[in-house]
Amino acid sequence: MSPYAWTWVAVAAAAALAFLTKYAGHVVPEAWLENPRVHRVAGFVTVGLLAALFATQALASGSTIVVDARVAAVAVAAVLLWRRAPFIVVVIAAAAVAAGLRLLGWG
Amino acid sequence: MPRLDAARQQAVSVSLATGAYGLSFGALSVAAGLDVWQTMALSLLVFSGGSQFAFIGVIAGGGSGAAAVATSTLLGVRNGFYGIALAPFMRPMRPLTRAAAAQVTIDESTAVALAQPADDVAARRVAFWWTGVGVFLAWNAITLVGALLGSAIGDPADWGLDAAAAAAFLGLLWPRLASRRAQAVAAASAVVALALTPLLPAGLPILAAAAVAIAAGWRAPGEEVPE
Repeated sequence: MSPYAWTWVAVAAAAALAFLTKYAGHVVPEAWLENPRVHRVAGFVTVGLLAALFATQALASGSTIVVDARVAAVAVAAVLLWRRAPFIVVVIAAAAVAAGLRLLGWG
Repeated sequence: MPRLDAARQQAVSVSLATGAYGLSFGALSVAAGLDVWQTMALSLLVFSGGSQFAFIGVIAGGGSGAAAVATSTLLGVRNGFYGIALAPFMRPMRPLTRAAAAQVTIDESTAVALAQPADDVAARRVAFWWTGVGVFLAWNAITLVGALLGSAIGDPADWGLDAAAAAAFLGLLWPRLASRRAQAVAAASAVVALALTPLLPAGLPILAAAAVAIAAGWRAPGEEVPE
């Protein structure tokens, strides 16, 4: 087979495995859910993943850690969250701060 | 129904912020050597940003198709845990509904659903479906634009979209940091993810952070569930 065809095989395999993984989570026995440990793990995983996604989205650039306009933007976002601003205001403000700083040539 | 309005507003914000990243995925996928059809197949069928970026990253780096599939699948394991976390307010579902729910079970739909009040099943379901379908539509539409425009498009960072995505994750995390234990898990997860970023392929540091959270939840005493 051509490399192009092999890439299609890989895409199809990745798609099938991605769906099966997602589907499995929705069909595990209900009994698993009555275990408080499963509930606790699920809650902590949510916090852990959000924190990791936030940290890498704010500071990672490829495989390096950089401090750029994103840091100022999320600092503004944190202040707005602390002041109980609406979610959409927080997100738009962060984009505006980062875009503005980059327009000025920083980060 | 102010809680449902809040859930929909969050869903739309997250959908647009996340969908915008489809532009860079589409462009990077074409740059990695996939064609527009393969790029769209990834966004439509794999539909998990981390897995998709991992797939094309391995291909672009000269890795094999098998390595691309393995990395992509490993990064998707967390989506399996999301189905369990969603079960208390999503089950029972009809088979077709369950299949649709599975396809849109991703970071964003799970996070926005769980960010709604724990006792409000309606708000959590609205948040899940609106975010899942919203991100699916935005991600695929903008992936197509990115793939077609290829390298001709500007940098999404010029528009501050990378910072917007970080702020969105922070906004989702914020209400869940009430307990000391949740704060500790968040801090440890963030530190682990950042410490491993230079060492592991993109996406794996986040999976390692999830492992930290699983270990913390496994060993912790029963009371403080951050939900």
